[in-house]
Amino acid sequence: MGYIIKRLLLMFVVILGVTVMAFSLTHFAPGDPALMIALSRYEHQIITEEIIEEVRAQEGLDAPIYIQYARWLGHVLHGDLGCSLGSGDPVLEEISARFPASLKLVIASMILSLIVAIPLGIISATKPHSIIDKLVMVGVVGGISMPVFWLAPLLILLFSIHLHLLPVCGCDSIKHLVLPAIALGAGMAAFTTMITRSSMLEVLSQDYIRAARAKGLSERVVIGKHALKNALIPVITVVGWQLMMALQGVVMVEMIFAWPGVGGLMVKAALGRDFPMIQGCVLLFGATCTVINLVTDISYAYLDPRIRYEKA
Amino acid sequence: MRRLEFFLRLKERKIALVGMAIIALLILVAILAPFISPHDPVEQNLGQRLLGPGKQYPLGTDNLGRCVLSRIIYGARTSLSLGIIVVGVTTVGGTILGLIAGYRGGIVDQIIMRLVDIMFAFPAIILAIALAGVLGPGLSGILLAMVIVGWAGYARVVRGSVLSIKEKEYIEAARALGFSDQHIMVHHILPNVMAPIIVMATLSLAFIILMVAGLGFLGLGAQPPTPDWGKMLTEGRPFMRTAPQLTVFPGLAIMVTAMAFIFLSEGLREALNPRREVAR
Repeated sequence: MGYIIKRLLLMFVVILGVTVMAFSLTHFAPGDPALMIALSRYEHQIITEEIIEEVRAQEGLDAPIYIQYARWLGHVLHGDLGCSLGSGDPVLEEISARFPASLKLVIASMILSLIVAIPLGIISATKPHSIIDKLVMVGVVGGISMPVFWLAPLLILLFSIHLHLLPVCGCDSIKHLVLPAIALGAGMAAFTTMITRSSMLEVLSQDYIRAARAKGLSERVVIGKHALKNALIPVITVVGWQLMMALQGVVMVEMIFAWPGVGGLMVKAALGRDFPMIQGCVLLFGATCTVINLVTDISYAYLDPRIRYEKA
Repeated sequence: MRRLEFFLRLKERKIALVGMAIIALLILVAILAPFISPHDPVEQNLGQRLLGPGKQYPLGTDNLGRCVLSRIIYGARTSLSLGIIVVGVTTVGGTILGLIAGYRGGIVDQIIMRLVDIMFAFPAIILAIALAGVLGPGLSGILLAMVIVGWAGYARVVRGSVLSIKEKEYIEAARALGFSDQHIMVHHILPNVMAPIIVMATLSLAFIILMVAGLGFLGLGAQPPTPDWGKMLTEGRPFMRTAPQLTVFPGLAIMVTAMAFIFLSEGLREALNPRREVAR
């Protein structure tokens, strides 16, 4: 219990850090922020010194930086992330409208990767150094080093352009989900296969497996009942890590398949230098990752009691 | 570890040798780019657009009639130089901070490690995209972003190693002999945490190269006409049906490079692991 409380407190600190990062991002921008806002607000006017000073006062940009941060944080806590410079709509509204699509894509790719990776990892661990094992390992290395922004166009080339099996982009039906989910899931599947394999190999070398075999149990029972349960512990905790990977890939995949999620929104904001939207997306991604990290750590501690005692 | 023994171990790992050979070749290609590339990578020849691989243009031409092979050769310069700079800076920075955090402990440790936690809250690419958006697209933005995010991993690993090493007797002995903290950190602790750092740095080169290409692909990295593998993929996408070579070859370059660094890091991991016996 102590460990969980400590971990929750830590999360609070990290989230605060995330907000500082998101806030200070705009201060990296070259030039005067008041001038930038004035330029976007009064597009068809000549910007005078007075207008800039007026905007500076209106936006509170003349206050010390920590006051600005405190004000900004206050707004954020009230759900006010400002308005997009591109569309003029509230940032929070746009992000929440697009979040479900991203979630759908991430979940689909995770399920897909687990369905493929766990059996492959088990098969190659039970027959180490066989042809199957080697083939699987080649696939794993390929999957890890193949960039998602290359795999995705190749998938489109094969399945959409040559075979006419699946649509190139859009999100109207389950068919539209297939290619993006494969593109996003491939890298995750490769990692998970590798981890399942090594975890299974380790478990299979344990004494209790030898004992189970010596008892004359069939290989199916030894692997399915005795080994798998223990081998899957690290795999389960990898799920959190997988989610982090998915959040990285989702940006690319959404761009390529014109999937209407947050990742695509963020890239658009970055290309259009839409600061409030960039901040909003950074906050969302930062907070999501922090929660994922927390859940991963806690589940790990739950599954492996050694950690609980060490860290508490 | 004895140097010779290390090389013997590394030699046993075929996979590491393959990785090393590819990396050596890539570095050579990047250095010799002006001498070996068949054409000027930015020279446009609109009369020779979208040609397939042939005699004059070994890998064909793009939509502006530029030589794909030459652009890939010059693209190696962009990827490798950026990768090496980022890994250099983050490794040194992260290691120093990790050493200080682990050795000093207390409040310094707390502050550094909370910073690490905050960095781990961001997938590197998200912060890179955000910074590129704020600073404006270009290599400097992504360079800064990758440095800001990259140091944290090293700091965490080094700190962990330092914590286990600093209680060892030989450190206590050094302290009893009156060596300064700085001397102990550099001469007694650092050599013992080098192994994981080397492995990590090699592996992260793979991921940095993937990320540089990814940001280039999104239009946030190298700006035209600089040859960049990721950018080449974007430029080739509209012509996927008629000129698939524009999609296939730059992607292959990215993948092979990333793979080479993964192979090498895997080999290094095994060669640097003192518990593993050299199989003869």
